[in-house]
Amino acid sequence: MENLSKKDLMKVIRSTNFAIIELALYLDTHPEDSCALDTYHDYHKKFKKAVSIFEKKFEPLTVYGVDDENFWTWGNEPWPWQKECDC
Amino acid sequence: MWTYMKMLQYPVNIKTTNAKLATAIITQLGGPDGEKGASTRYLSQRYAMPDNRVIGVLTDIGTEELGHEEMIATIVTQLTKNLTINEIEESGFYQYYVDHTIGILPQAASGVPFSTASLQSTGDPIEDLQEDLAAEQKARITYDNILRLCRDEPDVYDAIKFLRAREMVHYQRFGESLRLVQDDLDAKNFYAFNPAFDKKAPCL
Repeated sequence: MENLSKKDLMKVIRSTNFAIIELALYLDTHPEDSCALDTYHDYHKKFKKAVSIFEKKFEPLTVYGVDDENFWTWGNEPWPWQKECDC
Repeated sequence: MWTYMKMLQYPVNIKTTNAKLATAIITQLGGPDGEKGASTRYLSQRYAMPDNRVIGVLTDIGTEELGHEEMIATIVTQLTKNLTINEIEESGFYQYYVDHTIGILPQAASGVPFSTASLQSTGDPIEDLQEDLAAEQKARITYDNILRLCRDEPDVYDAIKFLRAREMVHYQRFGESLRLVQDDLDAKNFYAFNPAFDKKAPCL
């Protein structure tokens, strides 16, 4: 995962994020389904790893993820509705 | 509280502008069955919901709808980027343009601004969940209508198809939520009392 391009790493983040949202909705009404819970944890682990690499290498995804100690980088890169954004 | 994540739930990359289509799609931001109505409805209804699992459903679906608002606003923004004044005049976009230029204001395709008058929070969990089920179907039908209008615009079609599919999933989860709430009530008369307000009779 460390060697992925920004675009490919974003793909991992978006797809694992989607799986987490979908599993969370399912688990809200089926909290005892241990198989779904295991799957949730698998995706969550992958998601957390991808976000941490992304924020270190490229840009923050939330205000908790500003990695640069010298500059406030939250607004440096394009926002999601701007066409030049990879997000 | 909420935390913003700087990404779209599903990517939107529209290569060709189409102002006419934007005048239709804006309705899924601020129209009667749009995403702002959905997020406002679910996030408001949470406070009277007696079942904690169902509060989770309302919170998580309401939060996802906030992300869908951002997707719709992105579609409209990209469809209207760099329009010439001639295109604006010829497309029917001029009525929106005169008030908002190419900024985003939640409104219906008809021009009626977003209003909570098209949704309810009754304070009764069964009524609220029935409304949520209907809301997901109404939003799905609006997406079906939009899909017919954008059949020649693959970039828009793709994103709208994703949003339509989410309505189906939410409908399923709200159906399960209604069952969870009903399981906790008197099966002979679900409407005997409002479980969020009335006290349960000791014999029930």
